[in-house]
Amino acid sequence: MRTLVLPPHHYLNDGYGIKSWLLTRDHKRIALLYLAAITFFFFLGGSFAVLIRLELVTPPGDLVSDETYNKLFTMHGVIMVFFFLIPSIPSTLGNFLVPLMIGAKDLAFPKLNLASWYIYVLGGLFTIYALVTGGVDTGWTFYTPYSTVSSTTSVIPAAMGIFITGFSSILTGLNFIVTIHRMRAPGMTWFRMPLFLWSIYATSLIMVLGTPVLAITMLLVAAERVLHFGFFDPALGGDPVLFQHLFWFYSHPAVYIMVLPSMGVVSEIVAAFCRKQIFGYKFVAFASMAIAVLGFLVWGHHLYVAGESVYAAMIFSALSFMVAIPSAVKVFNWTATMYKGSISWKTPMLYAMGFIGLFTIGGLTGLFIAAVGFDVHVTDTYFIIAHFHYIMVGGALMGYLGGLHYWWPKISGRLYPESLAKLSAGIIFLGFNLTFFPQFILGYLGMPRRYHAYPPEFQVLNVLSSAGASILGVGYLIPMAYLMWSLRYGKIAGANPWGASGLEWTTTSPPPTENFAETPIVTEEPYTYPLRAEAHLG
Amino acid sequence: MPALFPESASTMASRVDALYFFLIAVAVFFSVLIAGLIVYFAVRYRRRTPEGVGVNIHGGLLLEIAWTVIPALIAAVIFVWGASVFFAMSRPPDETLNIYVVGKQWMWKFQHLDGQREINELHVPVGRAVKLIMTSEDVIHDVFVPAFRVKADVLPGRYTNIWFQATKPGRYHLFCAEYCGTRHSGMIGEVIVMEPSEYEAWLSGSRVEGSLASTGEKLFQDLACITCHRADTQGRGPVLQGLFGKTVQLQGGETVVADEAYIRESILRPAAKITAGYQPIMPTFQGLISEEQLLELVEYVKSLNTQQSPAK
Ligand code: HEC
Ligand SMILES: [Cu+2]
Ligand SMILES: [Cu+2]
Repeated sequence: MRTLVLPPHHYLNDGYGIKSWLLTRDHKRIALLYLAAITFFFFLGGSFAVLIRLELVTPPGDLVSDETYNKLFTMHGVIMVFFFLIPSIPSTLGNFLVPLMIGAKDLAFPKLNLASWYIYVLGGLFTIYALVTGGVDTGWTFYTPYSTVSSTTSVIPAAMGIFITGFSSILTGLNFIVTIHRMRAPGMTWFRMPLFLWSIYATSLIMVLGTPVLAITMLLVAAERVLHFGFFDPALGGDPVLFQHLFWFYSHPAVYIMVLPSMGVVSEIVAAFCRKQIFGYKFVAFASMAIAVLGFLVWGHHLYVAGESVYAAMIFSALSFMVAIPSAVKVFNWTATMYKGSISWKTPMLYAMGFIGLFTIGGLTGLFIAAVGFDVHVTDTYFIIAHFHYIMVGGALMGYLGGLHYWWPKISGRLYPESLAKLSAGIIFLGFNLTFFPQFILGYLGMPRRYHAYPPEFQVLNVLSSAGASILGVGYLIPMAYLMWSLRYGKIAGANPWGASGLEWTTTSPPPTENFAETPIVTEEPYTYPLRAEAHLG
Repeated sequence: MPALFPESASTMASRVDALYFFLIAVAVFFSVLIAGLIVYFAVRYRRRTPEGVGVNIHGGLLLEIAWTVIPALIAAVIFVWGASVFFAMSRPPDETLNIYVVGKQWMWKFQHLDGQREINELHVPVGRAVKLIMTSEDVIHDVFVPAFRVKADVLPGRYTNIWFQATKPGRYHLFCAEYCGTRHSGMIGEVIVMEPSEYEAWLSGSRVEGSLASTGEKLFQDLACITCHRADTQGRGPVLQGLFGKTVQLQGGETVVADEAYIRESILRPAAKITAGYQPIMPTFQGLISEEQLLELVEYVKSLNTQQSPAK
């Protein structure tokens, strides 16, 4: 066997100075800038979760004060949602892969791409400012009139942080949409695109169409808080529930901003590690689009108990069931793809299988709470917490980690240590279920969310959950450590260590700054195996 | 071993639980199906040689249709079931025992029609439909009684209500389920369900200053409502006897049913809906009276229906 060597010129050794990073226009370097930033926020948000779970080990509120506790879960939510989950896959893997997968040299607007990162960082700074000036205690949902007239914490800086990062989302989405429309290599028709691109495209549509509504809502909150305009406070003639409509009009679709890209990653991984075409490619592709569209029509399912009319609740309930169908279709198609595959049990595939299992549970419990009569009992309890963590952590985060492992050799040129990676994937899977499964039971028993202290009969389940969280925490630290280690000491990967199809695997690892020596010409459908001979070469 | 199911102590509890069991069955079936297939395929079709490739399968249209239609049908069943439970939850029976609830940071205040007031404790009789008419003095709160499987937000500036019929005497948790600030998790209380005879004893044993309606009547005089709203037709404002539940003709041709929310709005923002045939001269009482006083006035106006038939 030929020993592999790194290519002499690639995007990582194309300049070393700090300026070559901070002023780069290379989508791959920008992806790494994002990777550093979101990893920072992930561990920051995660550390708040650790404190929350520690507090909940015992029924009385004894570790931190109620005020501190409220700030902890608020900052955990704000940071994880707006500064980790929403940007996670699009801004790192998406940024890195969109041009590579369509055979382009870069995104359509490289400078705008860099600007998006700076906007994200600026938004992050506002949030950190909110944190160091005492934190925020409104919950990540900022419900009025509490956030506008009652809370005495740093609501404005936090709201501004979210307002600002929103623009980073909008610009990234715009960049992807234009790139996918205009810059596909010759022969790369829409139905020859990898499914990851369909997901990213659908996600970008939501980002561009939904985020402005969130931005306006945050401005209205600030205006009412500072200038006492009566939008939401009934004492000023406003309507408190109006805020909830506006907020969820963005924040429900935002769930799909978080999970659609992961679905795209899973499609890529399943195809690559089964070495075959995705079963029902077009159904999976259109399911992404259907989710993006239907996702905008279901926000009212967050308001069943908020004084919404009975008939409005019925309509939102029916629509919520409809949005579940395309998700189910995807799950069935991935599973069917495995039939007669040639399945390799590498770490990315473990994450993908974990994703399918956990997302299935998350999705099925979504059916529970779409049913109005059931949701009344469990809304605002731990059942909801469990449900959306199955979607966002079991789903979105598993997909992100799977994708990070799958493309790590492409990004870094080196392999991560496989057995350690498998071990930590197992730890994460176990820790995750132990953390969040008991919360379904807690929720049905009636434990409300955002409770600093709770009745003693809920303790056993809370202790289980906290134990799981400590396992989960370890599970996240291990990949962090070995991925850093592999940057220097990992085995050289070669262009295509997995023997996977896809244009990104036809160029060197790491790719050159211009991605491809020559613009590739696409002549076949995605996921065609066996690979044409040249693709195998290292 | 911790409890896996909450106590059920209302007529609604068993209906919600039945739906829950059905949902669990559906969820277990599909999770086991998917997880089983994944594990089975992963083992059965594991890669045996480094060059191994999978076999593409074409023409799965029938399958695609099947796994679109079957979940859709199951979803339809859940939808209808969930909707019917919700209809039952949102339609109180005609005869209910009404209790007023005011939430404020961070306590619950309950007012019984006979004038008993309670804080963070609510006494109700078993076997009788109880309706809570609720509002908030500040931010949004939420009344949640897990043992009854009922929950509803308590909003400032508005009345919302829930109803339940307790089936088992006992003490049950009452939680605030909508985050409302610092001591949100301390905004808890208990619903005490009693046998009817004990409940009667409790009612008569509690010290009261007079029924809600009679306190409201006093306010009605103190605030000089009486100068405009008289029982005869001589006042400058409409006669309020017989108003509650009636359809009111408004200036501009619209109509509105005079429920609690309408009476409340008429007192706080009289100009919002002007009764046909009257001048907009009623002063606003916004900021001058508390939510509890408002409830007393509302209850007084409601009580006028049963006292005497309005002078026509
Ligand atoms: C200055 C005279 C005046 C006073 C004082 C006054 N009202 Fe009125 N009220 C009116 C008039 C005139 C209307 C009808 C026009 C309108 O809807 O604003 C009215 C309407 C109402 C209505 C709606 C009746 C309907 O038939 O639709 C209610 C309820 C009511 N008032 C209650 C009160 C209460 C309670 C108070 C004392 C806190 C009060 N009013 C004090 C003049 C008055
Ligand atoms: Cu939603
Ligand atoms: Cu509360």
